[in-house]
Amino acid sequence: MTSPGRLGHFFGRYGMFAAGLLLVGVMSLGALFAPLLTPHDPTRLDVDAILAPPSLEHPMGTDALGRDVMARLLYGGRVSLWVGFVAVGLAVAIGLMLGLVSGYFGGLVDEAVMRGVDVMLCFPSFFLILAVIAFLEPSLVNIMVVIGLTSWMGVARLVRAETLTLRRREFVLASRLAGSGTTHILFHHILPNAVAPVLVSATLGVAGAILVESSLSFLGLGVQPPTPSWGNMLMEGKDVLEIAPWLSIFPGMAILLTVLGYNLLGESLRDILDPRLRR
Amino acid sequence: MPALVRVLALKTLWVAVVFLGITVISFGVIHLAPGSPTDLQTTLNPYATAETRARLEKIYGLDRPLHVQYLDWLSRLARFDFGKSLSGDNRAVWDKIRERLPLTIGMNVVSLILTLSIAIPIGVIAANKQDGLFDRATTVLVFIGFAMPGFWLALLLMLAFGIHWPILPISGMTSLDFARFTPLEKAVDLIRHLAMPIFIYTFGSLAGMSRFMRSSMLEVLRQDYILTARAKGLPERAVIFKHALRNALLPVITILGLSLPGLIGGSVIIESIYALPGLGQLFYQAVMARDYPLIMGNLVLGAILTLAGNLLADVGYALADPRVRMGGRDDD
Repeated sequence: MTSPGRLGHFFGRYGMFAAGLLLVGVMSLGALFAPLLTPHDPTRLDVDAILAPPSLEHPMGTDALGRDVMARLLYGGRVSLWVGFVAVGLAVAIGLMLGLVSGYFGGLVDEAVMRGVDVMLCFPSFFLILAVIAFLEPSLVNIMVVIGLTSWMGVARLVRAETLTLRRREFVLASRLAGSGTTHILFHHILPNAVAPVLVSATLGVAGAILVESSLSFLGLGVQPPTPSWGNMLMEGKDVLEIAPWLSIFPGMAILLTVLGYNLLGESLRDILDPRLRR
Repeated sequence: MPALVRVLALKTLWVAVVFLGITVISFGVIHLAPGSPTDLQTTLNPYATAETRARLEKIYGLDRPLHVQYLDWLSRLARFDFGKSLSGDNRAVWDKIRERLPLTIGMNVVSLILTLSIAIPIGVIAANKQDGLFDRATTVLVFIGFAMPGFWLALLLMLAFGIHWPILPISGMTSLDFARFTPLEKAVDLIRHLAMPIFIYTFGSLAGMSRFMRSSMLEVLRQDYILTARAKGLPERAVIFKHALRNALLPVITILGLSLPGLIGGSVIIESIYALPGLGQLFYQAVMARDYPLIMGNLVLGAILTLAGNLLADVGYALADPRVRMGGRDDD
């Protein structure tokens, strides 16, 4: 796909970056400092306050078991953070390794890796993720691993492309003439130069991983109750949509804002880090 | 064009290899994962013994080595036999898939047509007045579109048009008394039931498609031949629609093919929310029952659609663009 162009015009490149940083920052801090931000326990039942509408005591209302929605929302943010970072970390690690090896050695190795990428890209991946998670017992670890294992292809292609152009550059040849080993060249000369595009791809990847996790949890195949996650909160909210809409509105808003934040961050980083897009 | 024929033959061969790769990986992952289709009948049944379980596995052929099972499955697939569902009804997998195909494919085709007919004008106008008010407004919408979870949009729509202003049904494909309706009433009933899900599919792909169209158009408008067209005094309308748009549409062919797997994946959630008897719902049920042949049938179908989409994109591109001789590789 070609670059989506200069998306930054609405806020300006740095304004967009700031907006993304603000959204991501607020959501992350909310999750990290959840115990300080709410007096409520996200799993504590309260039979006297079942499906209570938003009030001063419960700013986002309570759910069908009388649990405080805001507390669940804040603690649920931890799931999204974990999934986003671990899944993408795994994907980046795999993609970096394969991309470096593929681009640097070329030939049969390159051919094998890139055909593997093609196969993975043709997978109806959400189908496969769904099947694997359902079989392995839904759990946070399984979700992170499966998302990571099915989303490394973009990074592998990026790193390979960078490596292909970098390995013929003078400074790499000079290093090799000076007697550097392959590992040294890969990690000291090529990798640092490939960081920028990988960072952009990883930031956008976090957004994607959060969306997949919440979809799985919404289907009941993700994080299992009573542990709150935005997806399973929406699943529980769906059954009482008619009488308690606040259960469905706030967690969805949280997903939207978080994903929006990472997307803004990723797109503005692309603009800022890629000098070719500057004028 | 013999060169083109040779390239297409190679491409087709490659597609076959990828297809085999996908089936090997899916088959392996699904059969090696813990749990078995016999669980429902054995672990949950206090009278079932280890022998019962072994007998069931023998009946289903699950006691054989994995590669034997795979080769057996593949050779039957070659004869277009997807096997039988392991769930109680014992029906042929293909029959179960076939009766659900029209709904899922139909909804996706309608939403694709809607997406294109909205996204192309948006992209063209936005690119034409880059940084103008329209461009900025659609940019904001695009960002929201990218971040909006489809299932949340579904809940919001149900809240608005099903509960607050109850004008649309929120579940199922048809009304209870559908059978007694006249053909016209049937059509209206179907449209009313499918309006929300189709809106969600369209909204989901609109952001990407209009953004893609915009950047493609911007790219073309920067070319020298556009400058030439303007320099020789062609009216702006002719420059945009005859010279620019035609070329800007080329990459859209590719992206159409590549968007196929996402459409099928998305149907699992939307169909389960709206209780629509389509492929996504069937797949969900198959996964929950560990119905191996049915899961594999769905995955194969998904893979075929995806690969066919890719192949069609390549062919369409080659036919539409004389510059593409397809000698080079498309990934570097």
